[in-house]
Amino acid sequence: MKLLTGNDLKTGFVTWWTGSDWSIHIEDAADVGEHGEAILAVEEAARRVNAPYIISGEMTADGPRPAHIKDRIRALGPTVRPDLTLKPADPAAGDWVI
Amino acid sequence: MYKYDEYDHAMVAARVAEFSDQVKRRLAGEITEDQFKPLRLMNGLYLQLHAYMLRVAVPYGTLDSRQMRMLAHIARKYDRDYGHFTTRQNIQYNWIKLEDAPAILEDLASVEMHAIQTSGNCIRNISSDQWAGAAADEITDPRPWAELLRQWSSFHPEFSYLPRKFKIAVIAADEDRAAMRLHDIGIQIVEKDGQHGAAFYVGGGMGRTPMIAPLIKDFVPLDDLLSYAEACLRVYNRYGRRDNIYKARIKILIHELGADEYRRQVEEEFAHVKSLGIDPPKAEFDRIAAQFAMPPLDALAPDEIDRSDPDFAVWVDQNVAAHKVPGHAIVNISLKPVGGIPGDASSAQIDLMADLAETYSHDELRVTHAQNIVLPHVRKADLYAIWQKLDEAGLATPNLDLISDIIACPGLDYCSLANARSIPVAQKIAERFSDLGRQKELGELKLKISGCINACGHHHAGHIGILGVDRKGTENYQLLLGGSGAEDVSLGTITGPGFDEDGIVDAIERVTDKYLAERTDSERFVDTFRRVGMAPFKEAIYG
Repeated sequence: MKLLTGNDLKTGFVTWWTGSDWSIHIEDAADVGEHGEAILAVEEAARRVNAPYIISGEMTADGPRPAHIKDRIRALGPTVRPDLTLKPADPAAGDWVI
Repeated sequence: MYKYDEYDHAMVAARVAEFSDQVKRRLAGEITEDQFKPLRLMNGLYLQLHAYMLRVAVPYGTLDSRQMRMLAHIARKYDRDYGHFTTRQNIQYNWIKLEDAPAILEDLASVEMHAIQTSGNCIRNISSDQWAGAAADEITDPRPWAELLRQWSSFHPEFSYLPRKFKIAVIAADEDRAAMRLHDIGIQIVEKDGQHGAAFYVGGGMGRTPMIAPLIKDFVPLDDLLSYAEACLRVYNRYGRRDNIYKARIKILIHELGADEYRRQVEEEFAHVKSLGIDPPKAEFDRIAAQFAMPPLDALAPDEIDRSDPDFAVWVDQNVAAHKVPGHAIVNISLKPVGGIPGDASSAQIDLMADLAETYSHDELRVTHAQNIVLPHVRKADLYAIWQKLDEAGLATPNLDLISDIIACPGLDYCSLANARSIPVAQKIAERFSDLGRQKELGELKLKISGCINACGHHHAGHIGILGVDRKGTENYQLLLGGSGAEDVSLGTITGPGFDEDGIVDAIERVTDKYLAERTDSERFVDTFRRVGMAPFKEAIYG
């Protein structure tokens, strides 16, 4: 699957294209398939998200999972500070990254 | 400490106002990210993996308690309650919101701080010896010269768009605590025939092409220091390569020209620059130097330390250094607790260090390039009280210069340039060697980790260095041995094939075991490595 991601203009937070809007939760990410470049162009023009780009991923039982570790770290948060991730109550969340 | 004059205040205030307007226009969608990016970078605002990152300049690593408390305030109010002290003696915040950036810069300006020139192809924060003004072995305090260079380089119209970033360090002791020869320009204040002058080393650096700066001029009269620096920069600005970012640093120019030809061109340029009169009048330099005067220390203060508490005695032996004034000491606060994140401090810890500086260290603190904090002017009689407060706050780890005092860049946990994580590797190594007796048995052993070839973690200069790389989408760690950023400067050599995260920790243990087997009585790790060479270590690592 193909995922569209970037960083929110105001907060800088990692954000994912859901099919109709942006979400900080990768669970909400949609497969942009062949339409990624077109969506990217429109969203870049809207100037709400910085430096959007398309990545490869796979659909798993837990939802979309980026292919590269860098984007998995972006999706969750720093592996060395579980309290600062999007799943602070789940100490095993980092396993998803590695 | 240097205090801003009206010009400093005006310059910083104007920049805050200018950048606030640029942020406003960016948030309103009036300018694109491509247009905005160079503007935010000039103000230290990066976009990293999880958020914007703000890098705040700490000139030559010197702070007072009011400034330190402001750093804690920013961590609390605008970030996630912590800051990260860096190998450039600066501090970074990892979770900044763009809309908050103007307010943060206003807060910083209120305590005579800013984030200007902490990014971009300009002269960056001037670094120096963290013990400057206190070290028993210095011939003078190098910071007045660092401050002069700061003023000269701030908004320097000719050097705001250099071929690449430019880093300058100034020291005044033979012991190099600032990795001086791994800077674009390293300046050592030296003495010759009873006069102080500046030795200029130019063209050092780490990154993908590490080089040790050659000596370009052994003695520049201090009255000519700025002119000579200007000449060094002018030759670089004129001929430094702008066609290839990987060949744009001054080290490449000097390597390609040869040190002799570069020196010849600098001398020619210097003869011209000297006629321009850019060196300050003596009265102006004296005005600056007066602000770095030694605080009023009581030379009759008791010189004995009550070592009856064994834990305190261990900390004194490892983390306290000699001061030039009897009865006083330099306290090194380790930001490397076992299992912690090298260089990170919570807002409460930052506040505590500010309080200790105000109460016990004549209101001064220093940030070190090894990502620790220094209280430079402490009475020995106050050491126990300081240690107790540090201990309560988790800041009394007695591991200065030991294997767990690891320099590590933020790595792939935070940095958009990184290829591999640095911090988890540092944590695993620190945990493997957590026994203090074992660390002390190994003695001085400087371990440095970078998560990519840019070498922010100084891996080339580690007695043991680790470089994280991306191997087919997987983190892999190369091991280097034999580097040093000190006066015995050298570049590490890669041992061979890399390792995974656990494998690199095992490999380091095999290296340290081999060292213990090979060393003679007083040899440090790096001394043994230099004596016996790579072969026995390679054999120990790979079989």
